[in-house]
Amino acid sequence: MVLRRRLMMVLLCLALVSLGSAMAAETEIRIGVYEPMTGAMAAGGQQTMEGIELAHEQRAKVLGLPVRVILVDNRSDKVEAATAVTRLIQKDKVCAIIGSYGSGLSMSGGPVAQAAKVPVMGCSPTNPLVTLGNDYYFRACFIDPFQGRVMAQFAFDKLGARKAAIIQDIAQDYAVGLANFFKQAFVELTGDPKSVVAFTSYQTGDRDYTAQLTYVANAKPDVVFAPGYYADAAVLVTQARSLGLKMPFLGGDTFEAPEFIEIGGKNVEGVYFSTHYSADAPVTPASEKFVALYKAKFKTAPNTFAALGYDCYNLVLDAIERAGSSDPKAIRDAMAKTKGFVGATGIITLDSNGDATKSAVVLVVKDGQFKLVDVVHPR
Amino acid sequence: MTVEIFLQNVANGITLGSLYALLAIGYTMVYGILRLINFAHGEIFMISTYFAFYGTAIFALPWQVSFALAIVLTALLGVVIERAAYRPLRDAPRISALISAIGVSFLMANLGLVIFGGRPKTFYRPPIFQTPIELGGIRVVALFFVIPLLTAVLLVALNYIVYRTKTGLAMRAAQWDFDTARLMGVDVDRAISITFAIGSALAAVGGIMWGLRFAEINPNMGLFPGLKCFIAAVFGGIGNISGAVLGGFILGFGEIMLVAFLPGLAGYRDAFAFVVLILILLVRPTGLLGDKQRVKV
Repeated sequence: MVLRRRLMMVLLCLALVSLGSAMAAETEIRIGVYEPMTGAMAAGGQQTMEGIELAHEQRAKVLGLPVRVILVDNRSDKVEAATAVTRLIQKDKVCAIIGSYGSGLSMSGGPVAQAAKVPVMGCSPTNPLVTLGNDYYFRACFIDPFQGRVMAQFAFDKLGARKAAIIQDIAQDYAVGLANFFKQAFVELTGDPKSVVAFTSYQTGDRDYTAQLTYVANAKPDVVFAPGYYADAAVLVTQARSLGLKMPFLGGDTFEAPEFIEIGGKNVEGVYFSTHYSADAPVTPASEKFVALYKAKFKTAPNTFAALGYDCYNLVLDAIERAGSSDPKAIRDAMAKTKGFVGATGIITLDSNGDATKSAVVLVVKDGQFKLVDVVHPR
Repeated sequence: MTVEIFLQNVANGITLGSLYALLAIGYTMVYGILRLINFAHGEIFMISTYFAFYGTAIFALPWQVSFALAIVLTALLGVVIERAAYRPLRDAPRISALISAIGVSFLMANLGLVIFGGRPKTFYRPPIFQTPIELGGIRVVALFFVIPLLTAVLLVALNYIVYRTKTGLAMRAAQWDFDTARLMGVDVDRAISITFAIGSALAAVGGIMWGLRFAEINPNMGLFPGLKCFIAAVFGGIGNISGAVLGGFILGFGEIMLVAFLPGLAGYRDAFAFVVLILILLVRPTGLLGDKQRVKV
């Protein structure tokens, strides 16, 4: 009897809650965000969220309704990422989603959003497979075939490298993709299929890389390309230096986190990596505005992921405005037609896959700071 | 593979193996006495690194003081966990205590996320441990000698405590039978508390060495080392302290040599650890140095 009464209470509560959300549907626009706020990619997710919050503060209304941003932490975990998207769609009934740092996480959330027909705007997932075959997934960044080529070209032209070694994080779609695109481009540039003299792997969260590094050192490469996430990469480079490896280490956009320098200290000095944007090289009037706003709020210079988060929020609002409704299908169609959008990270036009074609910047760690070295435009 | 590279990999294996060994001892001690797999051991290890981190980073203590304090605090934490989560279940079926241990492990990892934050922190590394040393073409840092030495000293000290002192006698008595030990005047609760204090202090030593070696700490760092050192403990014969050390070294060496000889398979390193575990259990169910399963009468 008591049990039945309790059950009734629970059902009543549930009914009230769902009634509440049904009523709320007409009074606000809900945008979901799934980003890694904890785990191996937390720095990237938190930085992205800073940008989204900043953009939300600047523009909190669309179609005359207030915008509510609902954040779900995907914990840097592929299973959690799919659950997070399900939750945003089914429980929070969002009309569009932003996310996620980490290509693997986006590839896990993507099919869920596609099946539910809710559009997603990715800030920084760079693996080509994120949007390929998914007409509900878009992104504000370039993709890895380009990023891999940028770093291969940089190693070949600027560092004069003729032999490269690769150490990839085999647990991450991002790193595996990028490693292969780098390899392709480097082999093409040198014209020598044996120019990648060592190719090995580790897994996210591994802490001992000495065996891999000993193997790499033995192959005597001119550079080492080590795509993976910032904490792992910082520990890896630190161990490389203590094992006496002196050649330059290169990576991709995931190196851009304050933790990379904090953990690596002077060991990561001279590490080069490609990324989406640098506050030192503003590309549009929107970049300057964004840098000023960010500095006023966070008292420090913004990074790539905050800039991409800022752009993604504005891209989603732009699509909602052009769609003239909060219907996910209409928003998707408007999003697909994004053209000449002036963002902080560049002018964004989405191609038929839903990818942006943008410039990359190459940064180096110098005196404990990320310094701009080069800007590479797509061909 | 030249001799030089092989020796470099041996050096790499010793460093990693002794880290595993330190953690595996804690697992094995608790199991030996309580027949409880303390799944929270990895999280105790994680929290110890944060104690040391906050000591140096926030309270600006000299590292010697901070590390010592971290070991003491972690030992206390181990005792508190035993009181709160395991002692009330001592007479319950063994599976209940196991589930409780898993619960404590999740609780601590998630509390860690909330309290310490999800982003990694940088562990303070006194430069003295990072002094590079070159020995006939093999490159190591001073820490390379510290970790195995520490493991050896602790192994001797533990064997002394367990086999040569009154407390050790009480611990070994409790291992056989709580009730009979009590009848003989052994304070079983005290013996178990001491076991947890020692096991957790060892986790703290392992944690600090881990921090000194790898520089990075985060709230999820306990999971994999915890699992691997559990494997090392089972491998060596769970309940046997020397076995845990042996298991730790074999696991560390195995992982390094797998990558060294088959760099293309480096991604399967963790899988290797688990395959080894399965094979060993098939061939020797009680582990390398484990006794035949004793049946309590």
